[in-house]
Amino acid sequence: MIEWINAIVQGILLGGLYALFAAGLSLIFGVMRLVNIAHGDLIILAAYLGLSTTILLGVHPFVALLIVMPAMAGIGYILQRGLLNQTLGSDILPPLLVTFGLSVIVQNALLEGYTADPQKLNAGAVETASIAVGGLSLGVLPLLTFGIAIVVIAGLQWIFYSTALGCGFRAVSDNQDIAQLMGLNKAHIYGLAMALALAVTAIAGILLGVRTSFDPAIGGGRLIFGFEAVIIGGLGNIWGTLAGGVILGVAQTIGAKIDPGWQVLAGHIAFLVVLAVRPNGMFPRVEH
Amino acid sequence: MSDPLLKLSGLDAHYGDFQALFGLDMDIAAGEVIAIIGANGAGKTTLMRSISGLLRNEAAQVTFKGQAIGELRADQVAYAGIALVPEGRQLFPSLSVEENLRLGSTVGRPGPWSLDAVYDLFPILKERRSQASTSLSGGQQQMVAIGRALMSNPELILFDEISLGLAPVIIKSIYDALPSIISGGMTALIVEQDITKALAVSSRVYCLQEGRVSLTGRVEDITRDQITAAYFGVDA
Repeated sequence: MIEWINAIVQGILLGGLYALFAAGLSLIFGVMRLVNIAHGDLIILAAYLGLSTTILLGVHPFVALLIVMPAMAGIGYILQRGLLNQTLGSDILPPLLVTFGLSVIVQNALLEGYTADPQKLNAGAVETASIAVGGLSLGVLPLLTFGIAIVVIAGLQWIFYSTALGCGFRAVSDNQDIAQLMGLNKAHIYGLAMALALAVTAIAGILLGVRTSFDPAIGGGRLIFGFEAVIIGGLGNIWGTLAGGVILGVAQTIGAKIDPGWQVLAGHIAFLVVLAVRPNGMFPRVEH
Repeated sequence: MSDPLLKLSGLDAHYGDFQALFGLDMDIAAGEVIAIIGANGAGKTTLMRSISGLLRNEAAQVTFKGQAIGELRADQVAYAGIALVPEGRQLFPSLSVEENLRLGSTVGRPGPWSLDAVYDLFPILKERRSQASTSLSGGQQQMVAIGRALMSNPELILFDEISLGLAPVIIKSIYDALPSIISGGMTALIVEQDITKALAVSSRVYCLQEGRVSLTGRVEDITRDQITAAYFGVDA
């Protein structure tokens, strides 16, 4: 019995990482209806930027966040203003194609720059530390990841609903033309949204790189987990993203408990079941 | 007339291959209230979209305070001092009443209009400040749309069909509020289907017909028959 409880708890904690994968996706879809196929590869890019920072400066991966987060935010802003804004319009196909192309470019650039060898970020003792709670042994790193996910999502919620910038995000999402009339430059607002999304991606990438080894090819899989968490949670609901991540994580760890080979499959099945039963996700945004 | 605040010089407007405005000329002096009338499809809303930057034109076709603004984006036009109250209110459904109003002050121009001033003008909005903007009645939504435009402290305010779809009692209360809005020296262009209402608050009138100015003049100099002819394009 305790083993099953353990699987569920580990799944919940894993869900924190998936929520971080999903939060950036959800944010940019919410603001500009852009489905970013390159999102997973940008997570891996952030992990590699973290790797370079730790090697070049000799700092801990979590300290490297101080450099990787602004770097990813800057990349996001430039990417949006320089490329993705040109693809946005009434047709949803151009952004899909362009971000797919971007995904291929990022993957190959990483291959060229870092080779296909798996890499890992070394976070030291925190990786193996654990605390005992009622017969369960909880890893400090998964607990930390889950805590960070809650803080990030609460932060995004606060930005969206309590700041002028968030008001601008929602206004542009509601009606681009009228938002322009208010003096909001939508190209700039979109740039800021992508910057914010990729800053979150930086956190996701570093935590991924500390948790597990990574190579340039694994971005696609992270994209799928992120998508599934967004859809399970309900589009446009920031806290729903965390719930979606947790449901996906628990499904995976329970699947793995039944048979180690079923981990990923169980997650996909949970996703399909939610999609069949609640096509709008478990917690869709309630329209006024 | 002194140097015009807003000058349109041969303004053309296109939607793809379709031309909606043909060489419009207008001179609007500071402090004037102008009625823009015309039948459906005459180009009134297109004119509003062109001036406000939602439709881009050649730079020199629209001049505001001597500056060519025809090529500017809508947000740049807002910073220049022009605000539009769009047709159909067009509030942001995700934003509360107060958030809608505050967004209007994004451009941060100095002037008499603030949240408190808007609440003084439309007290009902203060009661409803935290509500979703879409939960308001049509008339209250129009008050938010007007307040939102005022919050930018514009020098020129454009009203596109302010009475469309509203109950007569609401229209009356909005027109009752107009003089106190405009009295601060603000210049206004009022697009309106209800000619009587529009002419009552305006000093001059432009009538559009199929994208061209078919009649212009001071309100007191123009007869009903002239308006009817210019409006429908037939002799009355």
